[in-house]
Amino acid sequence: MTLRIDKIFRTCVATAAILAHAAVVPANAFCGFYVAQADAKLFNKSSKVVLARDGEQTSITMASDFEGDVKEFAVVVPVPTFIERKQIGVVEPKTIDHLDSYTAPRLVEYHDEDPCHPIMYRMAPGAPMPSAVARGEASLSRQYGVTIEASYDVAEYDVLILSAQESDGLTRWLTDNDYRIPQGAEAVLGSYIRQGMRFFVAKVNVERMKAVGNGTLRPLQVRYQSAKFMVPLRLGTVNAAGPQDLIIYALTRSGRIEAANYRTVKIPTDIDVPLYVKNEFGPFYKAVFERAVARENMQAVFVEYAWDMGWCDPCAADPMSNKELAELGARWIGSSDDTAFSAVRRGGGSDAFVTRLHVRYDAKTFPEDIVFTETRDRSNFQGRYVQHHPWRGEAKCDAARSYQDRLTARFAKEATDLAALTGWPRSEIVAKMAQSGEGELK
Amino acid sequence: MLTWPRPWRLPDARYFQIAALATLLAVNVAIIDFGARPAASLIAVATALLTQAVGCRLSGVPFDAKSPLITGLSLSLLLRADALWLHAAAALIAIGSKFVLRVDGKHVFNPAGFAIVVLLFTTRGVWISPGQWGAEIWFATLAGLFAILVLSASHRVDIAIYFFASHAALLLLRAAWLGDPIAIPLHQLQSGSLLIFTFFMISDPRTTPDSRVGRLLFAVTVAVAAHYLAFVLQMRPALYVALIALSPLTHVLDRLVPAARFSWRPSVPKGVST
Repeated sequence: MTLRIDKIFRTCVATAAILAHAAVVPANAFCGFYVAQADAKLFNKSSKVVLARDGEQTSITMASDFEGDVKEFAVVVPVPTFIERKQIGVVEPKTIDHLDSYTAPRLVEYHDEDPCHPIMYRMAPGAPMPSAVARGEASLSRQYGVTIEASYDVAEYDVLILSAQESDGLTRWLTDNDYRIPQGAEAVLGSYIRQGMRFFVAKVNVERMKAVGNGTLRPLQVRYQSAKFMVPLRLGTVNAAGPQDLIIYALTRSGRIEAANYRTVKIPTDIDVPLYVKNEFGPFYKAVFERAVARENMQAVFVEYAWDMGWCDPCAADPMSNKELAELGARWIGSSDDTAFSAVRRGGGSDAFVTRLHVRYDAKTFPEDIVFTETRDRSNFQGRYVQHHPWRGEAKCDAARSYQDRLTARFAKEATDLAALTGWPRSEIVAKMAQSGEGELK
Repeated sequence: MLTWPRPWRLPDARYFQIAALATLLAVNVAIIDFGARPAASLIAVATALLTQAVGCRLSGVPFDAKSPLITGLSLSLLLRADALWLHAAAALIAIGSKFVLRVDGKHVFNPAGFAIVVLLFTTRGVWISPGQWGAEIWFATLAGLFAILVLSASHRVDIAIYFFASHAALLLLRAAWLGDPIAIPLHQLQSGSLLIFTFFMISDPRTTPDSRVGRLLFAVTVAVAAHYLAFVLQMRPALYVALIALSPLTHVLDRLVPAARFSWRPSVPKGVST
């Protein structure tokens, strides 16, 4: 089959689906050359959570943007079951960073061809956790009505599994043991207690942190078997100064995940943008996200990426290895070696699907924890923004002259679309476009 | 030609229901991400009509398109599948169940609810998408469906109110017990699937108890069961499973508290009414 290249742009997404059998598609594939990405670091006050789920086997890995004295670091996470030592681990931050870059919204580019000599393209056929000794001691603290069900040394953290009878006792226990609990958290803790949840609490053990010789706090991972498929947001919204960002990376077997109790919305994608956006792709995506959040009254969960882990097009980062996916909880893939994940299963696709969800929330717009549902939808989606480098040759034929007329209209449309997408003033956009040579605007 | 003047009366409530469902489906296709797909909806509606036609032929009753249209549209709004044939299977199971699973000349299960539950438990390719309605669409839908309810007040759809009230009461009681803010149960009520369920499934007059007391008991029982399934067993399709599992109860209630049988037509002398 032969296609003109401008058609290829439009059929990118459809073609991508056909290529589902190919393991890893090189960066110069149909969906454009990868140029830049908008990773999670762009957003202040953001946390990252990796969920891996196979049936009821759930793994949750939490990375926060904590900055400050590690002695003051403490986490309190409600968990649905008792947690044994072997169900807790730490994950290298670079593994989450890798998944973040791999799934980040991306900018891609194409170069316009010489209109006097159109090129015909032929479509190719579809191509160990750190060990620590579990002490498992359980003591009853009658004074607070709090039971320390277990206490574990986990790498640089001291971890306790608590259960409680009353929220005021738990609040006092946490406060007396230097876990900083915001004012007003008692009601939320009480709700979790009544729902039969336990509390996974962790603090940094400074001595062990020095012994590990690792200056950074590694993300903690908890694995459990439970029908509950949710992320607990509510504690974080108590007394929070303004909205927060959470990026959820979900690894599943069958397909994309979505929120069951909030709207799941696609981030605007496949939009042509001016060339200068390449130099400010970070601010660009931030503006796109903020505008999308405002449009949905901050009541939606945004999909930024949903794709079979076996391939990408274009790849915003190197493919994840089996080891990295297993480290993040996708242990069902059956291998944990250093090779790139590419397992092909019968009927096409691989055994791992990733969904990247981005949510901005506060206590008012997200009053209850987000509950997820795993769908069977394996359609691929990515936040993708496209730039076309104009052909700059001499107009020697009629086709070239009409191309130049079309360019002017294209520039005007890109300016209008960018203004609508980001809320940036159109006049500013037009001025910046002129500076980068996209100036023949009416 | 002489015609007798007839007193003005409202058309069959199902016309309003079809209009409401079709509007919702159009909104769903047009503006809701990961919502209904036109091809899938077309297949569901066409298969429902075809199955109804075949069923009517075999059982010798006149064909009426309203009921299969409502079922096809409901399925289009509620069920998602990764293959188109599953939408056809859903419509076939739904309408087929009306003709096959009958007790005392009355079908046992709400057709769309039955198909959803059967497919969720027997295939790996379907799911439901309960969170995809924004607050604005939810309130507009609530208003529209409530209006239809009032218009068709004679048609024993009081069960919709019984169910909605008991479901809301349970959510409020749970929030009070947990010490949660009122925003949480109010948010939990804002589910589009809940509205479709309330106004089109549990209130389907053909599969509800004949007596008012029976309907009240049935609505409360379904609400309690759904609450248990949703919050204790963490089941997402809790409403449909509760309704289908408890549907045989309607026949028990009809025996305990007998009342006149409902029919969409003013008089259907005999045979299978659809």
